[in-house]
Amino acid sequence: MSGTVTFVHTQEQTLFRDSLRRFLDATSPTTRVRQVMESESGFDADLWKRMGDELALPGIGIAETDGGAGFGWTEVCIAMEEFGRTLCPSPFMASSVLSMAALSTMAPATGAALLSSIASGTHHCALAAQELHGQWDFADWQCTAIEKDGTFRLDGVKHLVVDGAQAQTLLVVARRADQPTLALFEVETSTAGVDRRPLKVIDPTRRLAQVTLKGAQGRLLGTTGKDNAGLERTLDLASIALANEMVGGMGRLFADTLAYTRLRVQFGRNIASFQAIKHRMAELLIQVELARSAAYYAASAADAGLNNLSYLASLAKSLASDAYLLAAQEAIQLHGGIGFTWDNDTHLWFKRAKSSEVFLGTPAWHRERMIRALERSGANT
Amino acid sequence: MSTPVTTPDQDSVRQEVRSWLEANWDADTPLIAWRNKLVDSGWGMPEWPEAWHGRGYSAELVRVVEQEFGRVGAVTGAKAGIRLLAAATLLEHGTDAHKRTWLRRIITGEDTWCQLFSEPGSGSDLAGATTRADLRGDEWIINGQKVWTTSAHHANWGLLLARTDWDAPKHKGLTFFVINMHQPGVVVQPLRQMNGHASFNQVFITDAVVPREYQVGQVGNGWAVAMTTLAHERRRADGLRSGSSDVDRGSLRRGRIHAEEDAENLTVLAPYTWYPQRAGRTDLALPQAVAGGRIADPVVRQELARLLAMSSTAEWTARRARAAQQAGKPQGPEGSLGKLVASHVARQAQKVHTLIADGDSMLAGADSPLQGIIAEILLSVPAVSIAGGTDEIQRNIIAERVLDMPKEPRFDDGPFRDIPRN
Repeated sequence: MSGTVTFVHTQEQTLFRDSLRRFLDATSPTTRVRQVMESESGFDADLWKRMGDELALPGIGIAETDGGAGFGWTEVCIAMEEFGRTLCPSPFMASSVLSMAALSTMAPATGAALLSSIASGTHHCALAAQELHGQWDFADWQCTAIEKDGTFRLDGVKHLVVDGAQAQTLLVVARRADQPTLALFEVETSTAGVDRRPLKVIDPTRRLAQVTLKGAQGRLLGTTGKDNAGLERTLDLASIALANEMVGGMGRLFADTLAYTRLRVQFGRNIASFQAIKHRMAELLIQVELARSAAYYAASAADAGLNNLSYLASLAKSLASDAYLLAAQEAIQLHGGIGFTWDNDTHLWFKRAKSSEVFLGTPAWHRERMIRALERSGANT
Repeated sequence: MSTPVTTPDQDSVRQEVRSWLEANWDADTPLIAWRNKLVDSGWGMPEWPEAWHGRGYSAELVRVVEQEFGRVGAVTGAKAGIRLLAAATLLEHGTDAHKRTWLRRIITGEDTWCQLFSEPGSGSDLAGATTRADLRGDEWIINGQKVWTTSAHHANWGLLLARTDWDAPKHKGLTFFVINMHQPGVVVQPLRQMNGHASFNQVFITDAVVPREYQVGQVGNGWAVAMTTLAHERRRADGLRSGSSDVDRGSLRRGRIHAEEDAENLTVLAPYTWYPQRAGRTDLALPQAVAGGRIADPVVRQELARLLAMSSTAEWTARRARAAQQAGKPQGPEGSLGKLVASHVARQAQKVHTLIADGDSMLAGADSPLQGIIAEILLSVPAVSIAGGTDEIQRNIIAERVLDMPKEPRFDDGPFRDIPRN
């Protein structure tokens, strides 16, 4: 797999974005998002089924041989951007991004059935990788898998598992006693020894759980490989998708805030006519557009097979984290007091921005990862 | 610019320029003689109209011509300095007589030019110029003071913006002229900057004379003409920022003509030697951090990563704008951000260089890291957010033209003589 990075979406990609945007605008206005985020499951199962039936969305990035639509990571990222724009809660992140990335990099053959069930939209998977201590520093992960009589028994605590309480299947990263590298296991949530505790979250549109495994039975799917290459690539793909989702959110915040400054009148003028407001919007636009360039570039780089993907993924994730939070803070500030109220929608995106800032690693952690990637490659920028 | 009836394709242009160079290029031709050949053939400025020494080529075809010239090390038309801004302005607003008088010697490099727009009293508010032009018989008599004039000390000609009507509103009372810099009423003094260089000049104009036929455009239409000059200046700056630096083909540059061209460049490009440092020299950050071992410092790593991310995305954003344009997509905001982003990159770069150089950031010249380059970065970056339009003006432009936010109320639309000024 190799190619070149492109700087403009194709006509097909633009059409895909447009149709998804129309669908989400029609089905997922914030009034609906607010209902769904307060429901028990946290997502709208009927809407998710429609996304599968009408848009083939659950398997957008999954190979056709595995029952998916066979598109690239760029299309996954376009979908993420649109999800980020509307905050429509769905299993897409947990199943079609995190689980799909883990399966396709670490278990392309043994995970085929799971990929196919994800693509069908009927199966909800969650990636249980991160633990209580450390972020995505794999060496710190302690969860163990002990082989006995041909099956594996898993023990440990997995933290911040997206959709961990809703999923039917967990993809658990664990350490085998006899192996130096980490491995990926399939664990059915109905199995004995799986305790799932939904966590209270600041962003109710992204549900997290803590999963405690006590001798839970698991099926070995694959290993991360030398230098944790499988997990590194999983993190790369997930970070790129998250960065694009954040770009969708910050773009929406920017547009809504700009519209509000045109409407709001103080001192006999639209506040958009004050230089103090204009300069803030111009600066914010820069941060949004730079983050967008990074997110798009990294998505295209994933499809092109560039070998510095970790560098680009961490660059995109760190920039998007900072820009999204800035956009959310500026949105509240420029809305004034109304922006701090529950009824105003701004806080929905603020909470997603805050949650995404640290999800999959803080911006500082990703900047450090950029430099480590540079040192490993021994190359210049 | 005119478009030829049939647009040649890249391959046929490549063939044509290649065979022309094979027949004509000789590195021992005297520089001016060679460039006169370029003028006559249209290969010197292929983007110019056919009627005026060019071929009416698109940017893509011009790139083909440049590649072929570069391949054999052939000297091109003179391009450095203000001259191309002058040419663009004259091509758009000048009379045929103007074009006959000045365009050829712009390409040959026999004339150099300067731009007399900014004044001590009007910087961001360029249209507030108070240099005056008064008609006396068939001559305009010029009095006033200009500043930040690159190349004024060697220029033959100046692009001059002066006030001809004090009762008209600010933008309506200006007229555009070409002024002969070599006359007793024009006195040029170098202006020393905080980084020690003196790249700019102050120009004191006292009863200087401009013949009436050197007026460009109508009386009172000077602002529109000046906007043409500035638009080309901005376009050129964007091109420089997107970083297509010339490859130094040393082995191909050994002819007598190259020695002449190098001597010309020494004069014309001298004011610009610190410009790369002004932009922050992102390229030096990682090598410097590794060389001195400072790469081990977690703060250096964080700030370096921020710099590299900012610098790369600035480039990708410019490429996104170009790609959208080439694909015929509507212009997004990404094309208007370059100047302001460059300021952010430069400031972050100087921060990183300071972190890396540590205490040695206090040193200058030969005692400073890289024989003074680091010191020059630290003392030149403050210019980047002022020159060619301050960051504040850039933010206004983005807000008003890209985001369509309303303009602030103005207090300068009455007769100019009643407007408060410095």
